[in-house]
Amino acid sequence: MTPDLECTGLSRRFGDVKAVDDVTFSVAPGSFFSILGPSGCGKTTIMRMIAGFLEPSGGDIRIKGRSMLGVAPNKRPVNMVFQHLALFPMMDVAGNIGYGLRRAGLARADIARKVDEALDRIGLPGIGARKIDELSGGQKQRVAIARCMVLEPDVLLLDEPLGALDLKLREHMKIELKALQSAFDTTFVYITHDQSEALVMSDQIAVMNRGVFEQVGSARDLYYRPETAFVAGFVGDSNRWRGRVERMEGGALEIRTENGMLLRGAAHGRALGPGDVADIYVRPEAIRLAQNEGELARFENRISGRVTSLLFNGAASRILVAGPGGGEEIEVTLPQSGEFARTGKGDTVHVGWSGDQSNCFPAGK
Amino acid sequence: MQGGTRLGFVLLLTPLLLWLGLLIVIPHIDMFLVSIKERVGVGEYDTSLANYGTFFAETLYLWTFLRTAVMSILATAITLLIAFPVSYYIAKIAKGRLQSALFLLCLVPFWVSELVRTFGWMILLRETGVFSSLLQWAGLADQPVEMLYNDAAIMVGLVYTSMLFMVVPLVTTLESLDNAVIEAGYDLGGNGFSVLREIVIPHAMPGIVSGCIVVFMLSLGNYLTPTMLGGKDSLWFTELIYAQFIVRFNWELGAAFGFMLLILSSVIVWATLRLTGQTLRDTLG
Repeated sequence: MTPDLECTGLSRRFGDVKAVDDVTFSVAPGSFFSILGPSGCGKTTIMRMIAGFLEPSGGDIRIKGRSMLGVAPNKRPVNMVFQHLALFPMMDVAGNIGYGLRRAGLARADIARKVDEALDRIGLPGIGARKIDELSGGQKQRVAIARCMVLEPDVLLLDEPLGALDLKLREHMKIELKALQSAFDTTFVYITHDQSEALVMSDQIAVMNRGVFEQVGSARDLYYRPETAFVAGFVGDSNRWRGRVERMEGGALEIRTENGMLLRGAAHGRALGPGDVADIYVRPEAIRLAQNEGELARFENRISGRVTSLLFNGAASRILVAGPGGGEEIEVTLPQSGEFARTGKGDTVHVGWSGDQSNCFPAGK
Repeated sequence: MQGGTRLGFVLLLTPLLLWLGLLIVIPHIDMFLVSIKERVGVGEYDTSLANYGTFFAETLYLWTFLRTAVMSILATAITLLIAFPVSYYIAKIAKGRLQSALFLLCLVPFWVSELVRTFGWMILLRETGVFSSLLQWAGLADQPVEMLYNDAAIMVGLVYTSMLFMVVPLVTTLESLDNAVIEAGYDLGGNGFSVLREIVIPHAMPGIVSGCIVVFMLSLGNYLTPTMLGGKDSLWFTELIYAQFIVRFNWELGAAFGFMLLILSSVIVWATLRLTGQTLRDTLG
């Protein structure tokens, strides 16, 4: 099956800066593909090249097998939902949704029918005569999507469209966007710096940093099996230590951190050997917290220490635990099952995690 | 506290009221009173509309009146046509320093007085002027060419003097148009023309209308440019007013003419607002 969108060796330079450096990926029809990265990583540049607002310095963009090089933005079978939506304030809702259809030269009656259908699809029937500034944030969002979807594009590009919404609405729109995507059965390419948006909605996620894709995979792949230190640090939260590899047996490593703590970890196939400097990433939620040491017998890493602070944040509460003799502080997710409801600063706790959960990477510069 | 705010409010309002009262309301009331006086003998006056009757009875007056209105409308349209691309370039295409530099270039001519600027055009256009000499030097003309003292010269002068007053509101409104909205217009299948017609112009409408109103009023009330570039017989309505007040010392008729000009500009501005569906509040705010 031809992918809906295929980029090969895509590059873009601004002067001496390589904003996008030889990026290759393809997006299967009907899937939700996200590009996740910090601001300035080049994700917007990729999106603007796909939409046609920027010419690539090298490489090719194919949509349904057809090269888009040299095709003007208004001739491409892609539409874009802009960061601040860019609805036309001078037109009413029906005018906005019908704009593309008018440009395509449809008959007035057909346009009216299609606009009504689109409004039904997004669950806002009968608001065609409203002005844009009379809509709520979530309604604007849906109108912006409907404005693109009436044109039945092969690929819909979304440039951080949830950025301007408040937290509650954003959570709600994540689910709604995913539902709209399956309702319209269109390929979505979504760019964001918010990992939770990408993780919740996407079939495939590309993590981007400094113009290159660090890893492409499903949300689970990125979370459980990060391939690079950047992905491990960027997706989800991590405890991060640096140390020197002391012993190696198969994939299992023994690493002594700069502060003298001995940790067991796994290389997961990465090139690490005794004497190498390694970065160790452990997720706070992968660490088991216990009242007595006996419960932790099955874990390779066991530390007893004192709680140095409690970071209460509802379901995402954490505690910081310092091992004996100072050493590193370990961030541990606080289970909300009630056992640790009374745990406070200064209490002694025991933490443990399996060596498999310590992701080790050769240390970057 | 209440009294304090009230005093502050009154103090702040006073200059405005003085300005409105002394410079606008009182002179206009007086003008109106003068305009409805009819001289029946030496130092003897009757109240009548005879001056307005004279205005409508004399075709030259009426003709000049209409000609001034049409020329001003034309000057406004030409100014808009030239200023729009210029403003679009400054607001949307030029970036950073180039943008400020171009905007400054539009402003620079206004550092010298209108009189000097108009003399500049005379130097260029007159028989012994720069253009005439150039044409002769290039062999395109075998004798001096007079380019002053015609309607085209008046038009050039009017457009030139009003340019800034069109560019400023246009740049301001165009700058407030989000680039993403223009890109969305293209992204959804629009071409340059349809984006301009459906997105850029509707957005810029308040700026266009306010620029047009200012330019139209400046042209209609302009005295210097038509007189200097159009000559003594340029038939501009302000010249007739000047002639009645200063040359013929007929203040009564001059006042009536002044009132007709006020009515004319009000009617045309009102009609423009109605036609474009703009309100004065949108346009000014």
